[in-house]
Amino acid sequence: MLGFTRTRLLLIAASLTASLCWAASGWAPLADDGLHDPNGPGIRLLQQPGDALSNLPGDTAGNNVHWIPALQKGVIVPREKIGKDTPVRRYDRDVFLNLYGSMPAVRFPHKPHTEWLDCSNCHDQLFKPKAGANQISMFVILQGQQCGVCHGAVAFPLTECRRCHSVANDLAQRLAAEQAIADAQPDAHARLEQMRREASVPLLPSPKGTP
Amino acid sequence: MMPSGLRRIGIALACIGSFLTTPVFAEYADVVLNRMAEKEGMRPVIFPHWFHRIRFRCKVCHAELGFKMRAGSNLVTMGDIIDGKFCGACHNGNIAWAPENCDLCHSGKPGLPPGIFGGHDTNGPGRW
Repeated sequence: MLGFTRTRLLLIAASLTASLCWAASGWAPLADDGLHDPNGPGIRLLQQPGDALSNLPGDTAGNNVHWIPALQKGVIVPREKIGKDTPVRRYDRDVFLNLYGSMPAVRFPHKPHTEWLDCSNCHDQLFKPKAGANQISMFVILQGQQCGVCHGAVAFPLTECRRCHSVANDLAQRLAAEQAIADAQPDAHARLEQMRREASVPLLPSPKGTP
Repeated sequence: MMPSGLRRIGIALACIGSFLTTPVFAEYADVVLNRMAEKEGMRPVIFPHWFHRIRFRCKVCHAELGFKMRAGSNLVTMGDIIDGKFCGACHNGNIAWAPENCDLCHSGKPGLPPGIFGGHDTNGPGRW
């Protein structure tokens, strides 16, 4: 009885050690991820997450990869378009939100978002491109709407509160006020209109036709 | 009767074991496509966001190619892919492997439900 139990314990311990090894490293082999068929013919040919992701800047959530520095430092060089005539649109403006809440204010940086995404991914379906025009709520985000379309699904998850709620309220209030003053300068309207014109350039249809 | 120390270790290991073996360790944002695959006699498709993200920015698929950003809102057919739409914009033998490499995409376990999976902190939109 005791011998059998010990053997069984040893077996459990051995399998646990193996599981813990990749649980600690963060990336399960495809054959153990619960999705891939370990007996499928393709499994040996596919790239393993650990092989690719362990070389990228590390993180503690999501894919355990800090994707923004990975892109900005050129560790990865992902393509920006397929069609040669597709416009590439970037925009650099911080938006400060939740200036008077109980959490620190949110700084939404357009720059890293537009490095990955096109304007049309968020505007105007998810967010109206106008300060104060969007009723943004954590309740709705947690349901997978607004920011939660990506954050919590593919971008860093909603457990990482302070990555968005990152600016002290008084500082955010000042920065937002400075933005408002800058926006009120004589040429600000023209610059904004120019930006809007550029941003509203419709995407050219992809060569084979967009569904 | 087991010595109490051993029994405690056993119980602890059993607890950790059940914790480790029950969840799915899918990589964050892996998507399973299986609304049609198994009905057509193929394994489900596993789409790994991490793999594609290294090589393409989100906007390529979600703006240029027209993939909506919601699991379940894109009905992808092999006909479309062969016509160069959806996955077929790259999986055409030029940019990425061609559609005849069935098993590289149709690599999932039989019986998987379609949807987005995550191995770390969330299970995707609406199921946080």
